[in-house]
Amino acid sequence: MFSADKSPGPLPAVVGVIAIAVFAMLLLRIHDQWGLLVLAAVGGIALLVAARTGAAAYAERAFAAHEPLMNGVVIIAFVSVIAVLARQDFSLLILATVLLYSIACLGLSVQLGYCGVMNFAGAAFFGAGGYTAAVLGAHTGLPHLLIVLAGGVVAGLLGSLLLLPVLRTRGHYAALITVAFGILFRSFLEVNNTLGGPQGLTVPGMTIFGWSLGKGLVIGDTTLSFYFNYALVTLGLAIVVFGVTRRLERSWVGMHFDAVRIDEVAASTFGLNVQGLKIMAFVIGNVFAGMAGAVFAMMTGFISPTDFDFSTSLVLIAIIMLGGLGNLWGILPAAAFVLILPEKLQVIQEYRFLLYAGAVILVLLFRPAGLFPRRLRRHFPLKAPSRA
Amino acid sequence: MSALLSCHNLVMRFRGLTALDDLELDIRHGEILGLLGPNGSGKTTFFNVVTGVYRASAGRIEYESQDISKSSPQAVYRAGIARTFQRSRLCLPLTIFDNIMIGNHRRLNHGLWFNVVCRKQLRRQYEACWDEARELLMTFNKALGTRLLNAAGSVSMIDRRRIEVCRALVSRPKLLLLDEPSAGMTHEETNELMDDILIIRARMPELTIVIIEHGMSVIERITNRCVVLNYGRKLCEGTYREIALNAEVQQAYLGKS
Repeated sequence: MFSADKSPGPLPAVVGVIAIAVFAMLLLRIHDQWGLLVLAAVGGIALLVAARTGAAAYAERAFAAHEPLMNGVVIIAFVSVIAVLARQDFSLLILATVLLYSIACLGLSVQLGYCGVMNFAGAAFFGAGGYTAAVLGAHTGLPHLLIVLAGGVVAGLLGSLLLLPVLRTRGHYAALITVAFGILFRSFLEVNNTLGGPQGLTVPGMTIFGWSLGKGLVIGDTTLSFYFNYALVTLGLAIVVFGVTRRLERSWVGMHFDAVRIDEVAASTFGLNVQGLKIMAFVIGNVFAGMAGAVFAMMTGFISPTDFDFSTSLVLIAIIMLGGLGNLWGILPAAAFVLILPEKLQVIQEYRFLLYAGAVILVLLFRPAGLFPRRLRRHFPLKAPSRA
Repeated sequence: MSALLSCHNLVMRFRGLTALDDLELDIRHGEILGLLGPNGSGKTTFFNVVTGVYRASAGRIEYESQDISKSSPQAVYRAGIARTFQRSRLCLPLTIFDNIMIGNHRRLNHGLWFNVVCRKQLRRQYEACWDEARELLMTFNKALGTRLLNAAGSVSMIDRRRIEVCRALVSRPKLLLLDEPSAGMTHEETNELMDDILIIRARMPELTIVIIEHGMSVIERITNRCVVLNYGRKLCEGTYREIALNAEVQQAYLGKS
């Protein structure tokens, strides 16, 4: 039925995307606990069946074969989900949060997934962007899009502090340094009164070219949730960051990142500047996390040190491990699983870290490459060179 | 023939162990030099020191009349020295094409802006590289040339060696260091691989090759000259005939009778 013929049409992939979009929509809309449990069970079984029958692989091949078209379809699917939920504050907030965490995870993918640079302080860089937005938003008149960029720059600069110790150590030790940094960052915020201490800071909402995102749009006589605006802006940022990350992956730079991750010694004997590449990956990743953090702060309107503690860093790592290291599309379902389920299912809310830990251990045991393993790296997957 | 690379009093110590002990060694322009010696005699260490993976404890390495003993691996590569590893060090999860291109590092454009934004130009560079990699592989194995987009981990050991050799050759080196290329090969595969080396020889007469090898028939067939190491020192040097008859060499390999 799902034959391995060379080029499936785009239809299977479109069907897959629609199915996932409908599932996400239901997941966000349903609040009844039993309904959610049933939905989660149905989703899990459907995923298993799709994987067993080969339908998932077939749809994936179709997706890869029609990538530009499918990228458009995914964007349309996102916009539709946002439109359907246009009046639901909570659902849109969760959706936008999933997208923002995904952007931070794209940054982590560049670091850990491509270049193999450990970073257990993802939340600190996310937070650096958030606090930058809080300070700049309250005390300067900078245009807010620039503030988002500034959030990225500050996170990138803050990360540069870590470069020396991280590059001079290897493996577990480098990881430990980032752990320590993440904890230090939070302690620093808690004792720093100018940044609000443990009480945190309020953050002015975002305004883009005079459009204040804090006010819900009015269409006819219905008022949309103001999170609708943020969801759209977040989606826009996610698209840009995704595009940049994808192009980075499919370039000489991405190839060199991979070489450094897989075998540093071999890479350096062929003239690769291992340290330089690691620095590049680390800084790029932190900039992404910082930009996501800035939007997050402006959206929630309030940030405090607890938003950016070590456990948040672990959540970010868990997402990219579950999704499949280096597989950009894997981030979204993994982020949805990690963020939405515990938020909605009160039964497991208390135990969510147990759930993450269990999920990560199971994945590492049975599918070490993640739920959606990364495909073979190619520069131009659609157009093989003429004489292939 | 003048020396392309020569080391003087080269010493490499790992704590108590002296892996290279006052080594004096010349590599001449355009020769195929066989590097022999019992296990642990310092052959691979010599490669690692020359390529900058290890930093020599003392002594000098003169390459084209410049001291490279303190150079980084990157600088050594840029100077035109490429190598293969005893235990294959390919990036198995990457495509064959990618693996070869890693060796082509010097001639690729690494700018962030170029790579992310100028996709058309990147594509052009990519196609040029593609033709080059394909042509290079085809000189060794016609079938491999059509499998550039397969994972390097999906091909046989001998083909992996060929990819490694191509990765070294694509950088157009002046000196090629082959670390026991026949390790883990069958007899027939070893012969095929030596044919490959002779093909390289014929196509690039300027290239100087140093090969670490245990198979005496291989050494006899392809080298112009041999150097035998023992305990990090040069035991003797000469043509294959000369070293095979040398009593000290026999003693180093077989022990005293």
